[in-house]
Amino acid sequence: MASGDPQDQDMVARLLPIAALDELLGLLRDQGYEVIGPTIDQDAIVYDTIASTDDLPRGWTDEQQPGSYRLKRRDDDALFGYVVGPHSWKRYLFPPLTTVLVSERTESGWRMRSPEEESPRYAFLGVRACELAAIAVQDRVFAEGDYVDPIYQSRRNNAFIIAVNCTQAAATCFCTSMDTGPRCRAGFDLALTELSTGFVVEVGSERGAELLDQLALRDATQDELNRANEARHVAVTQIQRKLDTSDVHDLLLNNLEHPRWNAIATRCLSCTNCTMVCPTCFCSSVEELPNLSTERVERQRHWDSCFNVDFSYMNGGTVRNSIRTRYRQWLTHKLATWTDQFGTSGCVGCGRCITWCPVGIDLTEEVAALRKLT
Amino acid sequence: MTEQLTTQSEHPNYWVPHPVVIEKVRQEVPRVATYELAFVDSATAGDYRFAPGQFNMIYVPGVGEVPISLSTDPNSRRTWAHTIRTAGNTTHAIEQLGAGAMIGMRGPYGTAWPLESSAGGDLLLIAGGIGLAPLRPVIYHVMAHRANFGRVTLLYGARSPDTMLYRDESDLWSRCGVEIETTVDRASSDWQGNVGVVTLLLARLRELRIQRTVLMICGPEVMMRHTVKAACDRGIQHDQIWVSLERNMQCAVGLCGHCQLGPSFLCHDGPVFRYDAVAPFMAIEGL
Repeated sequence: MASGDPQDQDMVARLLPIAALDELLGLLRDQGYEVIGPTIDQDAIVYDTIASTDDLPRGWTDEQQPGSYRLKRRDDDALFGYVVGPHSWKRYLFPPLTTVLVSERTESGWRMRSPEEESPRYAFLGVRACELAAIAVQDRVFAEGDYVDPIYQSRRNNAFIIAVNCTQAAATCFCTSMDTGPRCRAGFDLALTELSTGFVVEVGSERGAELLDQLALRDATQDELNRANEARHVAVTQIQRKLDTSDVHDLLLNNLEHPRWNAIATRCLSCTNCTMVCPTCFCSSVEELPNLSTERVERQRHWDSCFNVDFSYMNGGTVRNSIRTRYRQWLTHKLATWTDQFGTSGCVGCGRCITWCPVGIDLTEEVAALRKLT
Repeated sequence: MTEQLTTQSEHPNYWVPHPVVIEKVRQEVPRVATYELAFVDSATAGDYRFAPGQFNMIYVPGVGEVPISLSTDPNSRRTWAHTIRTAGNTTHAIEQLGAGAMIGMRGPYGTAWPLESSAGGDLLLIAGGIGLAPLRPVIYHVMAHRANFGRVTLLYGARSPDTMLYRDESDLWSRCGVEIETTVDRASSDWQGNVGVVTLLLARLRELRIQRTVLMICGPEVMMRHTVKAACDRGIQHDQIWVSLERNMQCAVGLCGHCQLGPSFLCHDGPVFRYDAVAPFMAIEGL
């Protein structure tokens, strides 16, 4: 996994000409990686397999507000001139649908085994700082506890990460409050900052360095480093949204019967969108998938959500039978009990849950309201 | 806070169960039976150990998987008993399959009753309905190590006399030094015993040595809440009380998110908790 904490002062960075990015992706493909990057589908920037930089959303940007996401033309040809969309890298490391067990009926009874799957080797292009933080959060959940999820772990170990520093922010971004961005500090193999003339590239790992060495790039000039700094600073200044995280753990857990939960429940549709777009939400369910003769049965794991009524079903009744209790579960888990469980907040400040909420519920606003009324 | 446990050996994929055969089925009461499960692979059987209070995931291919507490003697070495009430699809399938069928089992999972740290003290076990099943291994442990404990009392409440579990074992338990008091919600014509909720037995219990008592409760959540209250009325503190909780569980290893109660994953941090750890969260409805 990638590591390192490059400092701006003594950063040794190279300049990757725009045209050389395809060369870099080609080298990754030669090493057996499938390159996943941002691309446009159904009027949104999503992550998918990309064949070349032609698949990137060149010259597009996004405008985000609570409950609103729109793509817009830029007045330049920037390849990474937008922030995060409805997808996150979670869908590649913790796939939305996957087989966890195969059972086959034999003469001597059931044979139960792991599915035979060669773990894909992904190279992620365009991972933002908040997303690096989200991957680190899911590492804590799936790979660093008493039990390790083998599917996550092998995909994660295989992944090559090319981060991209944000040079603009959306109205829904609040990574500065969560101390996760916008600067990519660790957790990548390579990190790019886009300039009009190319990319300033930082190295975050041995294998990142090895890959870059194959391209024989020159060092970035002081002027280019300065311009990269300025571009990154634009994102910092554009971030307006704030979440006051001081004592948020106790604030939420000491106010479990707060009237604000009722008020949120009158707006929340319990649609699960926030949990589906969240890059850290990890809840799942398993289902049986027998073939017609029931001679072969797969257990399939799919993403689930604490907003689904069935999620807390047990013999004798549903534990969280109201929207009030389900929203409370989500928010208190995300911002409070997550810390008890994994030693880190479950929120990275990406703002997806705000943008993709059909009624525009904004958790930063809800926390502020809980704070005000206590 | 919880004891050192036997846990599943290093396994590459926690979803893969061990094949087990239902060796024997004993109908306990209507819709509740005890299933003796034997590992197909003898090496697995040799390595398998559990602590009273822990549970297994029992899997029926094509139907589903359910968490079931071990209700067997912790010294079992050949078959492991699980007392199961037929309630949903998977338990119904287990009932239908019956003796001789092969199913899957993985575990043991979760925390255990505090038997090591309770040595020297009095044990007060309070069970409601099928909640006696997860406490049965405690009784076996006590019988095997009777000298380690002071007074051992079981208060057991059931809906009616014909739903009381393990009635044919109660003589053996008594002979081995477990004092047993029972009560039913609804008496039948031939019932000579107590009628009423189990908390009444606790209120009436004589010679309760408050300081040295460890209370272990298993039953429906509402019953446990009332029992805790009755225990506190007798002067027992929250840190002397242990409860076994239940929630929807799918992965059993703290990764699917279903069984959360506040900061705890019941599968991993429970099912057995010291009451003071969960009291603030059990008090909130719908958490």
